[in-house]
Amino acid sequence: MVSLGVDPQNIRRIVLTQSKRANVGHIGSALSVSYIVAVVFGSALRVSDPHDPDRDRFVMAKGHAALAVYAALSLRGWVSQEMLDGFCTDGSELGVHPERSTPGVDFSTGSLGQGLPMAVGAALAGRLQSSNRRAFALLSDAECNEGSVWEAVMFAAQHQLSNLVAMVDANGQQALGSTRDIINLSPLADRWAAFGWDVRTVNGHDCAALCTTLDSLDYRQGPPHVLIAETIFGKGVSFMERQLKWHYLPMTDEEFASAMREVGGQP
Amino acid sequence: MRTAFVTNLVELAEQDPRILLLTGDLGFMAVEPFTDRFPDRFFNVGVAEQNMVGVATGLAEAGFIPFVYSIAPFATLRPYEFIRNGPVHQRLPVRIVGIGGGFEYGTNGPSHFALEDVAVMRPLPGLSVITPADPAQAAAALRATWDLPGPVYYRLGKNDSRVVPGLDGRYDLDRGQVVREGSDVLIIAMGAAAYEAMIGADLLAHNGLQATVAVISTMSPPPLAYISALLHQFRLAATVEAHYRVGGLGSLVSEVVAEQAIPCRIIRCGVGALHSELVGSEQFLARAHGISGDGIAAAILRVTQPLAAT
Repeated sequence: MVSLGVDPQNIRRIVLTQSKRANVGHIGSALSVSYIVAVVFGSALRVSDPHDPDRDRFVMAKGHAALAVYAALSLRGWVSQEMLDGFCTDGSELGVHPERSTPGVDFSTGSLGQGLPMAVGAALAGRLQSSNRRAFALLSDAECNEGSVWEAVMFAAQHQLSNLVAMVDANGQQALGSTRDIINLSPLADRWAAFGWDVRTVNGHDCAALCTTLDSLDYRQGPPHVLIAETIFGKGVSFMERQLKWHYLPMTDEEFASAMREVGGQP
Repeated sequence: MRTAFVTNLVELAEQDPRILLLTGDLGFMAVEPFTDRFPDRFFNVGVAEQNMVGVATGLAEAGFIPFVYSIAPFATLRPYEFIRNGPVHQRLPVRIVGIGGGFEYGTNGPSHFALEDVAVMRPLPGLSVITPADPAQAAAALRATWDLPGPVYYRLGKNDSRVVPGLDGRYDLDRGQVVREGSDVLIIAMGAAAYEAMIGADLLAHNGLQATVAVISTMSPPPLAYISALLHQFRLAATVEAHYRVGGLGSLVSEVVAEQAIPCRIIRCGVGALHSELVGSEQFLARAHGISGDGIAAAILRVTQPLAAT
């Protein structure tokens, strides 16, 4: 299923270790997507070389969880341990949000609502170049507050970009509270379906289900696809799960030790 | 000049399959030569300029040269952050085509004016900002810049008939063009404002003042050496632009004067406070805001003949 050494538990250990070393936040978001990112880089993406022009493209639309992507890139061997250990240090390429100069990062992101349009362009480019390559974008659910997401959704449906997959990390939380209380997205799956997309609701912490779903999509014809990946913010570290403060805060030494034990690592 | 631009774009697209055209549902009676010839390389993305720039960014990453087309404020201001984080930050060859600099959409009102587009595009590193003066120069500018490795903003007039006398289709990326020579005062015009600048120069000649008129149609990267060399020849220069007085050519020339301590006084002819209650023809609005030929001449005469002007 998930292969190539990209294991979600490994991603979580790297996320915690690097967040602690760099003393930065966004830990909850990175944990939320750890399974999705593991499946993307461990199984779904057809990329033998991150510089191959005909590789599948991936857009980390929710750029603030890029640390999970860096973890996967290091597990794939595209980002060195030295680069990874430079995360958020002065002069490093690896910041909180991803940059295109990093091998395996196809597009720079960081401003929500801009990733899906670029993925749509990547998918359209594949079609124009008669390639079978696909484009994947990982969005946050609150990112769907952005009008530009829906501009891209409408365009992709109009052009039946069957080689495009949006994955929405539906953890139900945003920066200042729950999505239900701020901008209620429900029924999120129905909204995407109403715009003409092929919608699959899936457990975002079930690698097998994520893989099976991605394998079952028709990338040759028909509408674009969206996975509403139901997730838990902070997944895998009990005291972080569903806790808003882990959108922001770095860990104390005690919290780090406790978190690492939960993900099977050595603090 | 949009007709000349599209005609030349079609010719370039014949030679280079990387060229694509995207529009935000605008360009009736303008983009048809491209859409007729290359229906598979044309995309009307609908009224969605942010997505248009985002899609173009994705296309450019894959090796295409996408031109995105809309009325200037909708091409620049609405998707500005997408331009900044997309083709500019990621150094991708997207071409932003904004139609109607200044007051060209005068009767449509302030929503359609482009008076700050150059000011906001000019600081973006690596983005070439091209402001052609007339149709022949628009064609030459396109042919000189269409395959630059970085992104480009083209500010194009929709007027296809107005020609700047003496320009004769000249365009250089790294310099301006002199279209009239005189030794008393320098008038530097941004792109299409050269037309009114030439009228102003004629009026000055009737008052015994001979003006050199230079056209600057590359606002970024700024032709600093060219501007500096011109300014060194004069004690008085007026900048003219269909744009707010802040952030465009007047600001650029003032930066050159200040940084190089050039002994030349600058008069900035541009739009100050917008009379936002006014709509009307481009000519009417230019006059109302002091950027018509007579306004330019009057601004210069107020300095050279302060007693006569009062």
